[in-house]
Amino acid sequence: MAKGPYSDKVMDHFMNPRNMGEIEDANAIGEVGNPACGDVMKLYMKINDEGVVEDVKFKTFGCGAAIASSSMATELIKGRKVEEVLELTNEAIVEALDGLPPAKIHCSVMAEEAIEAALKDYYSRMGKDPKIVDEMKEKIKSKVVS
Amino acid sequence: MIYMDNVAGTKPDKRVVEKMLPFISEKYGNPSAHFYPLGRESFEAIEEARGHVAALINAKPDNIIFTSCGTESNNLAIKGVANNPEYKDKKHIIISEIEHYSVQNVALKLTNYGYEVTKLKVDNTGLVNPQDLKKSIRKDTLLVSIMHANPEIGTIQDIEELGKVCKEAGVIFHVDAVASCGHVEVDVEKFQCDLLSIASQNFYGPRGAAALYIRDGVRITPLFDGGFQEKGYRSGSENVAAIVGMGEAARIAKEEMAEYSKKMIKLRQKLWDGLAKMFDFLHFTGHPEKRLPGHVSFWIEYIEGESLLMWYSLKGVCAASGSACSSNILAEDEEELEASHVLTAVGVPNDICAGSLTFSMSKYIEEKDVDYVLEITPGIVNRLCEMSPYFNKK
Repeated sequence: MAKGPYSDKVMDHFMNPRNMGEIEDANAIGEVGNPACGDVMKLYMKINDEGVVEDVKFKTFGCGAAIASSSMATELIKGRKVEEVLELTNEAIVEALDGLPPAKIHCSVMAEEAIEAALKDYYSRMGKDPKIVDEMKEKIKSKVVS
Repeated sequence: MIYMDNVAGTKPDKRVVEKMLPFISEKYGNPSAHFYPLGRESFEAIEEARGHVAALINAKPDNIIFTSCGTESNNLAIKGVANNPEYKDKKHIIISEIEHYSVQNVALKLTNYGYEVTKLKVDNTGLVNPQDLKKSIRKDTLLVSIMHANPEIGTIQDIEELGKVCKEAGVIFHVDAVASCGHVEVDVEKFQCDLLSIASQNFYGPRGAAALYIRDGVRITPLFDGGFQEKGYRSGSENVAAIVGMGEAARIAKEEMAEYSKKMIKLRQKLWDGLAKMFDFLHFTGHPEKRLPGHVSFWIEYIEGESLLMWYSLKGVCAASGSACSSNILAEDEEELEASHVLTAVGVPNDICAGSLTFSMSKYIEEKDVDYVLEITPGIVNRLCEMSPYFNKK
């Protein structure tokens, strides 16, 4: 395949998206949009009693980078504990995709935000304040910095 | 590969390439060097090309100035007039909302130098209303610049009517005919225009050659100061091979355009009808009849333009998209991703449209190519709909 603006990995995930679809009995659903280009990503997770992401699926309205970022994000969080899932950054998604053009980095940010939105929904359903997700993220960030 | 992005540039005709080849090898003389045969043959070849280009648009050869591209022609036309001291008291310019960036951005830049710019609205098919133009013209209006055909939505303006309005008002009229020349009739007399831009790459000639028609009496200040090539309007050594190619492309277009455009209109209708039958959530853009011969453009609810474009590409079909995501993909910043101003201008709703797709055919397209596009479209659209959170199966 001729080299274009996207890496082979981005193209692979665009052509063969992993975990695309919906989960009917999902207990964590997050939907985010990017006003810059109109992309929308909806993420469904099934988190078990041990706090492990048993299943994850996505639906995305967006460009090649948005679809590939969604697909890669689901691969990176499937089977992980919620705490580990929150450690996932958009930079890690970009790295796993072998890079994105600078103007498309926001697609990976959208994937990270969709995960956060889904986990806020998860905690809300458990009767907890969804702000816990922000607090957990802050802790992770401060740990990384120190 | 099926190439259906001809508004971005056509495949050069073989006869054009053959005509050019000697001028990038043995016929390398500088056309300004008239005093020996090697230079003179380059000079004569350029003048022959000028004659062919002039004939294509019903102009006199003396009124044709060769440039490097459509953008340069548009810049030379607009800045050239605006910068001329003869017109220093007129500071109002009129363009339409759907002009190419090489007109829009030039006009925008001139606002930094005291010019006021009126952008005429278009209707939902992309047409400028001549009455709106008439009402917008003021005493200090210097120039009106309207494109003949829009490359994104295919609409062809009632340019003769617009020309008439400008002529009656005594304002300079520039027509960007880059997308239309070589596909439909472009006639500077019928258009009553004073300036007209065309580009070789859009009618089976090479990239790197374009022209600006300048009517007698219109004052233009050149963009570059230098020698006296192109009567001083465009200093710098000529790209002889490209100009020769443009001339040959113009000659061929003049002779054969009527025939191949007829064929393209037939294929356009087949593609249009085929797509119309497939999905009730597919919406065509532009005017249904007043449009470029081989041009079909549309947007699809629930689907983003770049993804659509990428899937057609993976299936071997080259098209164009007006989506934000496909614009300036190699930009350094996401803020540089902008949705098409043309789609916005024709009233395509922002919240449900994230881009259009344009198929623009050439004389090389055959019926089997259109059949193939129609064959692969349902698979591509269904796949992307399935992935879209907006799409609910009924």
